[in-house]
Amino acid sequence: MSSPEQIKISTKDVTVHYGEARALHGIDLDIRANEVTALIGPSGCGKSTFLRCMNRMNDVIEDCRVGGSVTIDGEDIYGGHIDVVELRARVGMVFQKPNPFPKSIYDNVAYGPRIHGLSDSKGELDHMVETSLRRAGLWNEVHDRLHTSGSGLSGGQQQRLCIARAIAVDPNIVLMDEPCSALDPIATAIIEELIEELRSEYTIVIVTHSMQQAARVSQRTAYFHLGHLIEHGATERIFTNPTHKQTEAYISGKIG
Amino acid sequence: MVSKHIVSSFDTDLTDLNHLVSRLGGLAERQFAAAIEALETRNTSNIDAIIAADKELDTLEFELNERAIEVIALRSPMAKDLRRVIVALRVAGSLERIGDYAKNIAKRSRVIIEHEASLGDNVSVARIAGLVQEMINQVLDAYATGDADLAMEVWDRDMDVDQLHTSLFREVLEKIGENTDQVSAGSHLLFVAKNIERIGDYTTGIAEQIYYVRNGKFPDQSRPKADDSSFSAIDQNG
Repeated sequence: MSSPEQIKISTKDVTVHYGEARALHGIDLDIRANEVTALIGPSGCGKSTFLRCMNRMNDVIEDCRVGGSVTIDGEDIYGGHIDVVELRARVGMVFQKPNPFPKSIYDNVAYGPRIHGLSDSKGELDHMVETSLRRAGLWNEVHDRLHTSGSGLSGGQQQRLCIARAIAVDPNIVLMDEPCSALDPIATAIIEELIEELRSEYTIVIVTHSMQQAARVSQRTAYFHLGHLIEHGATERIFTNPTHKQTEAYISGKIG
Repeated sequence: MVSKHIVSSFDTDLTDLNHLVSRLGGLAERQFAAAIEALETRNTSNIDAIIAADKELDTLEFELNERAIEVIALRSPMAKDLRRVIVALRVAGSLERIGDYAKNIAKRSRVIIEHEASLGDNVSVARIAGLVQEMINQVLDAYATGDADLAMEVWDRDMDVDQLHTSLFREVLEKIGENTDQVSAGSHLLFVAKNIERIGDYTTGIAEQIYYVRNGKFPDQSRPKADDSSFSAIDQNG
């Protein structure tokens, strides 16, 4: 396990253009290993765009250009030799709406290990599926119906299934883009508790519109506004005594 | 408050809390002034009313606590808003304590007035009481307007209170030493002096809270101290 101060992801002067429009203006941010970093800011501030730079999800968007550098464990992920499929196995992602494949619970989780050739036997695959479902806190609820459809689960369970699917390929980093915005408060609390457990093994970056959620789950918070990183720091400081007026206005719900 | 909340009823809640603190402050100020007046004029006619009025402060502090907890539960205040709510709670607690000390001064004043050997031997508490009253008045203004600079002026004056307390303490001790008839009245007067000094401390504490709301941290230097009364004794050989 990495030490808490270790920098897992480092971004330097990251810019993103969609066609002529500039979505991110030179973002410098270091993300520490085994911590939860929350990205907050109003809609259109660039936080999701920034999140998607970290596993090159922006590559698939036409007209999208990424500048600057993003390194993971010191390696430039935009370097020519990088296998993007392999990168996305290392950097898992969970989306706003739970999106299980129209397959069984088992196959949802086994999908990644299968395509990445991570298991040699049925027994090994079973073990991976069980471990991932346990880590995602879903095993006890689904172990007797692994071969029923994933879409038959509740919203919160589906989201935990997506988390199990993301961690089944043994990533180091999990990116979460508003993972609880479609969930009720109980399902949200379960996911938040899970995030806290997962951070001992993974580095987690979460985009959230809920200030309370950012405050509850993260150790570091970064505030984005109009494509600029305004301020980042320890979550308890950002929410009690932010340095910048814009941050203060945003987190207190004021007219900026 | 320069910027407003998008949800305007949140501003109303915060303003209401401030008004409650101001009302509580006004009551504490009035109680303290009445207690000092009773003592200074050697007039016991108001003392029962002062003691009874302490209930108003308790009730108002309770109401303020309830409102502050509601704001925290329903609005989830952040950053400076959170500091404002927490500080309103703390300041209310301090004002309620100031009210308690005022009530205690009133109670002791009756004993002092009834047991004083002769009016000619009065020791005046007017100077220290006047200074502390002025500080309370300023600190309440500073609270209402969020003026951290004014609050720090009050904070700086705590040293004067401590010095006046030390000299008052010695003066009363001397009187007691000179005239054993004065032991009862004098002992109570020592407590009155201490109560006033404590009210000064609470007032200084409120000043620190006002600074904290504005700056998100407490004043750097430790509080000025000049209270040497703990080392004072009657000179038995003198």
